[in-house]
Amino acid sequence: MTRKQRRLTMIGGSLAVLAVAAALVLNAMRDSIVFFSTPTMAAEKHIPPGKRFRLGGLVQPGSLVRGDNLAVNFSIADGSATLPVAYKGMLPDLFREGQGVVAEGALDASGVFKADTVLAKHDETYMPRDVADALKKQGHWKDDYGAKPGATAASAPVQGTAK
Amino acid sequence: MIAEAGHYALVLALALALIQSTVPMLGARWGDPALMNVARSTALAQLLFVAVSFTALVMLHVASDFSVVNVFENSHSMKPLLYKITGVWGNHEGSMLLWVLILALFGGLVAAFGNNLPLSLRAHVLAVQGWIAAAFYLFILVTSNPFLRIASPPIEGRDLNPVLQDIGLAVHPPMLYLGYVGFSISFSFAIAALIEGRIDAAWARWVRPWTLVAWIFLTLGIAMGSYWAYYELGWGGWWFWDPVENASLMPWLAGTALLHSAVVMEKRNALKVWTILLSILVFSLSLLGTFLVRSGVLTSVHAFATDPSRGVFILLILCLFIGGSLALYAWRASALKQGGLFAPVSREGALVLNNLFLTSACATVFIGTLYPLALEVLTGDKISVGAPFFNLTFGPLFVPLLVAMPFAPLLAWKRGDLLGAAQRLTAAGIAALVAIAVLFAWTHGGATLAPLAIGLAIFVIGGALSDLAERTALFRVPLATAMARARGLPRAAWGTAFAHAGIGVALIGIVCETTWNSEYIGTMKPRDVASVAGYQLKLDEITQRQGPNFREMIAQFTVALDGETLQVMMPSKRNFTTRDSSTTEAALLTRGASQLYVSLGDTNAEGAIAVRIYHKPLVLLIWWGPVLMAFGGLLSLSDRRLRVGAPKPAKAARALQPAE
Repeated sequence: MTRKQRRLTMIGGSLAVLAVAAALVLNAMRDSIVFFSTPTMAAEKHIPPGKRFRLGGLVQPGSLVRGDNLAVNFSIADGSATLPVAYKGMLPDLFREGQGVVAEGALDASGVFKADTVLAKHDETYMPRDVADALKKQGHWKDDYGAKPGATAASAPVQGTAK
Repeated sequence: MIAEAGHYALVLALALALIQSTVPMLGARWGDPALMNVARSTALAQLLFVAVSFTALVMLHVASDFSVVNVFENSHSMKPLLYKITGVWGNHEGSMLLWVLILALFGGLVAAFGNNLPLSLRAHVLAVQGWIAAAFYLFILVTSNPFLRIASPPIEGRDLNPVLQDIGLAVHPPMLYLGYVGFSISFSFAIAALIEGRIDAAWARWVRPWTLVAWIFLTLGIAMGSYWAYYELGWGGWWFWDPVENASLMPWLAGTALLHSAVVMEKRNALKVWTILLSILVFSLSLLGTFLVRSGVLTSVHAFATDPSRGVFILLILCLFIGGSLALYAWRASALKQGGLFAPVSREGALVLNNLFLTSACATVFIGTLYPLALEVLTGDKISVGAPFFNLTFGPLFVPLLVAMPFAPLLAWKRGDLLGAAQRLTAAGIAALVAIAVLFAWTHGGATLAPLAIGLAIFVIGGALSDLAERTALFRVPLATAMARARGLPRAAWGTAFAHAGIGVALIGIVCETTWNSEYIGTMKPRDVASVAGYQLKLDEITQRQGPNFREMIAQFTVALDGETLQVMMPSKRNFTTRDSSTTEAALLTRGASQLYVSLGDTNAEGAIAVRIYHKPLVLLIWWGPVLMAFGGLLSLSDRRLRVGAPKPAKAARALQPAE
C-alpha cells in the first residue's frame, strides 16, 4: 500500500465509524426521547394515549388513595389543571401530598396517566427543578416552596419503579 | 479565627498561583533558569497554603462552628465525627476547595518528582497548572467562599443531606476528583508542548504515568459511586444515565482513549497531534464534569438566573480553558512533526480503532447529556434523555470495540497479521461459542441478546488470557519455563491483560443483573413469608430505634434456602428530624457474586410494610470488573520502564522513513 492509500483507508474508516455513530444518535433521538409536560400543557397539546411523556406538578392534597398490593392513585396538579395518575409499586421516600413530583408513563384510553416510574428527584426544597420551573412560568410559584434560596446541597436521586 | 486564617491562606495561595503562572513563563522565554525554578517553589508553597486552608475548613466542621455559613448549612452538632469530616466536601464550596487542594497536590508532585524533566518543560507545565489554579481560587473566593461568617450565629446547624451521610461520601468524591484533576497534568503537558512547539516519545513517557494515575482513580471513583447509589438509594439500580453520572463517564471514555493513544506515541512516535487534542479534550470534559456534578449549574439553564455570578464565572472558566486551549491547538498543532507510519492492520491501527470507537461513544454520551440543555435554551421544550437513548447508541458502539479488543495486543507494531492473531484467539473463540450454546440451551427461549453478550464477554476474557499464554508460551514449553517467562514479562503486559479481562467481567455482571434479576414487591406483615429466586424471607418483627441524629425503623427478616436458615437481614428506614427527610437503608446478603437485596417502603394503617426484595445474580461482577481494571492500571504503573531510566528527549527530530 502506498502512503496515500493508507491515509485514505484511515480517513475512510474514521468517517464510516462517525457516520454509524451519527445514524445511531439520530435514530435514538427519534424513538427514545421523552418530553416533559405539566397537566395544563398535557391538556393543551392533546397528547394521544400511549405516547410516553413525563408529567410534573404537585401531588394534589387529599388525592392519594392506596389500594391493594401497592396500587396507588393520586392526582398531579399545577394550579390550573389536574390529571389523575395510577401507579403500582413503591413510592419514593420523599413522596408527599402537596409537594413536587415527576411521573413517567402514558395516558390510557380513559384519560388516566398510567405511570411506571415516579421520581422525586430534588433537594431539600422538595421541588424537582422541572416542576419548579414550570410552576414559575405559569405563575403558581409560592416562595415558601423553597425554604432558602441558594441552598446547594446535592440533589438526591430517589426513584421508585414498577415493573 | 480559624475561618479567617483559612480564608487568608486561600488568598495567599491565589497570589502564589499568579506568580507560578507568569514568572516561569517569562523565565522560559528569556532562558533564565532562576526564574524557571520559581515554578517549583511556588507550586510547593501553594500546596502548603491550600492544605492549611482545607485543614481550617475541616477543623471548623469538626468543631461545629455554626457562625460559619458553610458549617451551619451542612452540619449538625449531633452528627457522627466521620460525617462531620466528609461533610466538608458534601457541599459545593467545600468540594471546590477539595478540588483545588488535589490540583495543588498534583502540581506539587510534578514539582517534587519532575527533576528529570527538561527545565523549560517543567516551567511551562507548572505555569499552566498555575493558570488553572488561579482561575479556581478566584472562583472560590469571589462566588463560593466557604469561610463566610453569619452575623448572628445560630445554635444548631441544618444537617447534611441524609443520603450523603454514608461512608460512600468519604471515598467517592475524593477518588473522582483525583481522577478529574489528575487529567490536568496531561492537559498542562499538552499545552506546554504546544507552547514549546516540540513533542516526542519522551514526552509521552512522562505523560503516561500521570494519565494512568488519574485513570485508575477515575475508574475506582465511578465504580464506587455506582455501588454507593446501588445500596443507598434503595431500589437496586446501579447506573441511571443521569447527567451527573455521564459527567464522570465522559472523561473516563476520553481518558481511556488517551491512555491508548499515548502508548502509540511513546512506542512509535505517531499520533502526536491526536494525543495532544485528546489531552485537551479529556481535561475539558473533566472541567465540565466538575461543574455538572457539584454546582448543578449546567443541568438547567435556569440555575444561571438564581445565581448569575456563579454561573457566569463557570461559563467564563470553561470558555477560557477549553476555547483557549483549542485555539492554541489550532494555531500550533501544525508545528508538531508527524512520525511513525503504519499499516491499517497493525497494533497502531488497532489502537486507532479503539480511539475512534471510544471517542464516538463519548460523543454520543455528550450529545445525550447536553442536548436537552441546548434544546431548552433554543426552544424552551423540556425533554429527558434516558436509558433507552444510551442503550441504542452507546451499546452498539461498544460491541465492535469489544470484538476488536482481544486482537490488538496480538498484532505486531507497524504491520500486523490479522489471520495469525485470529488463529491465536481460536481457544477464546471456541470458549465463547460454547458459552453461547450452553446459555441458549439452558435459558431456552429466554432473552436472545444476553447469551450473545455473555459470549462476547467470555471472548474478551479469553482473549486477555490467550495473550498472556502466548507471551509466556504456556503449553508449548515446560511449565517451569513458562512460569519464568511469566515473571519476566513486562508488568505493562500483565496490566493490559487484567484491564481487558476486567471489561469482560463487568460485562458479564451487567448482562446477568439486567436479564435474570428477579424481584418481589408487596406489603408484608410480621410472620409473612416472601419467596424470591428460591429464597424464603420471613418478616420476624419491626422495631424502632433512636440513632444519633435520626429515628430508625428496622425490619428483621430471616432468610432461608430450601428450608435451611442462612442469615438475618435487617433493612431499615431512617427519619432525619432536622431536614424532615428519610432514607432507606437496604440490607444486602452476598452469596458468591450474587446478592439478595431488601429495602423498605411505607407502613400502612394496618401495620403492614411495603417491601422490595431483589435477587441479583452475579451483580458484584459489575464492580469487580472495574477493580480488576484499576489493578491492571496499577500493575502497568509499576512497570520498570516508567520508573527507571529517565528518557532523554530526542535531540533533533529525525525524519522517520515510511515503514514499507
